[in-house]
Amino acid sequence: MIACRELCVSFGGKAVLDRFSLQLPESGVTVLSGPSGCGKTTLLRVLAGLERPRCGSIEGILPRETALLFQDDRLLPWRTVEQHLTDVLPRERRGEVPTLLALAELEGEEGSYPAALSGGMCRRLALARCLALPARLYLLDEPFAGVDPLRALRILERLKALPAPVLLVSHEEAVLSRAGRVIVLEGPPLRSCRL
Amino acid sequence: MGSPKPLKKLLYALPAPAFWLGVWQLCAFLVDRHVGGKGNELLLPYPASVWNALTAMAGTGAFWSTILASLGRISVGLFCGVLAGGLLAVLTRVSHWADRLLSPAIRVVRAAPVASFILLVLLWTGRNTVPAVISALMVLPVVWDNLSRGIQAIDPKLLELSRCYRFSRRKTATLICLPSLRPYILTSLSTAAGLAWKSGVAAEVLCLPEPSLGQRIYYTKYYLDIPELFAWTAAVVVLSMLLERLLRTCLTRWGRGWGM
Repeated sequence: MIACRELCVSFGGKAVLDRFSLQLPESGVTVLSGPSGCGKTTLLRVLAGLERPRCGSIEGILPRETALLFQDDRLLPWRTVEQHLTDVLPRERRGEVPTLLALAELEGEEGSYPAALSGGMCRRLALARCLALPARLYLLDEPFAGVDPLRALRILERLKALPAPVLLVSHEEAVLSRAGRVIVLEGPPLRSCRL
Repeated sequence: MGSPKPLKKLLYALPAPAFWLGVWQLCAFLVDRHVGGKGNELLLPYPASVWNALTAMAGTGAFWSTILASLGRISVGLFCGVLAGGLLAVLTRVSHWADRLLSPAIRVVRAAPVASFILLVLLWTGRNTVPAVISALMVLPVVWDNLSRGIQAIDPKLLELSRCYRFSRRKTATLICLPSLRPYILTSLSTAAGLAWKSGVAAEVLCLPEPSLGQRIYYTKYYLDIPELFAWTAAVVVLSMLLERLLRTCLTRWGRGWGM
């Protein structure tokens, strides 16, 4: 069971997470929703080991066992779509490039550079790159920003079929209505959550 | 029918040199008029006189051995200066203490007159070594300054991505750092190539290593052979531009492996 218990994080004296606890299921997609600035991104960054909590603990997973999709794409302008995936895929899994491209609906764009892609395509490439990482928990910060709703729902169904659990942040109504488990967060500071 | 592209390129590149050649011809003519046809070659020779001097020189083996000797010395200096400047840029960005210790020294090297360095290095080493050492010393601060700024400008978000996605140091360097530094590397190399030739030839003029372009330039002053002075200068300019072009091409090809 992956869980975070009594997490506290503050920036410049302002508490963002205040004794926040959460339990995640062993598989499937859990969607985090809530107002902007309530601490959703901070929670994902803590789970990925990029922010150190002042107090509390994370159980059942290590930061190096997670894969984080950042809120911004962070693509490399000098690498092609295919290279973005092969850069993170372990050598023995290089054959999975077509599967990942199909998951993110980017078939036929292998040789394209990010400058030639639309905003939504860049987002899907960043998502595919994140999913190429071997991980026991995928943390996806707004993976469907700029992606059309129908495509977002198709990709969501594929995410549900992943062997590892997915914790994703989303504001899209369509995604919230189709996700299996939605957690609505209130903050800042983030203290509690309701299912 | 041949491709129109090379012709178009040539037509685009020709007007500026043709204009300046015209200005030179006009100025030489005015000087010629001023001195009444006597001795204008001492002040400002005609382009044709310089061309004749250059073609006459280019027909001798001594011309090419002189060029090769100077090219060798200055290339060694340029290579050492670029390497040292690059390594120092990394060191001063990575270590605060190295920055505090080395940055003032590099700034002093940048500000000090090149003539002082030439005379000092001449006293410390043999005259054949001076041009390479001086070229390296002049190139080092330029490369250090450019690359330091480049390293500072690498997007911290991409570095965070490389940490989060567990990239090795080698992968971070080849996928993120070097492509981000590419414009800074190109700028510093093109500035450095010109500077290496300028300072290296100045050192040769003062130290007279044999054979060298600087020595031949010095002798043109001795014999008041101004067309030959112009011809050697033209050779230096062409060599400097060729070296810069060669470096750019090498860097572009090398960078293709990283998708730059």
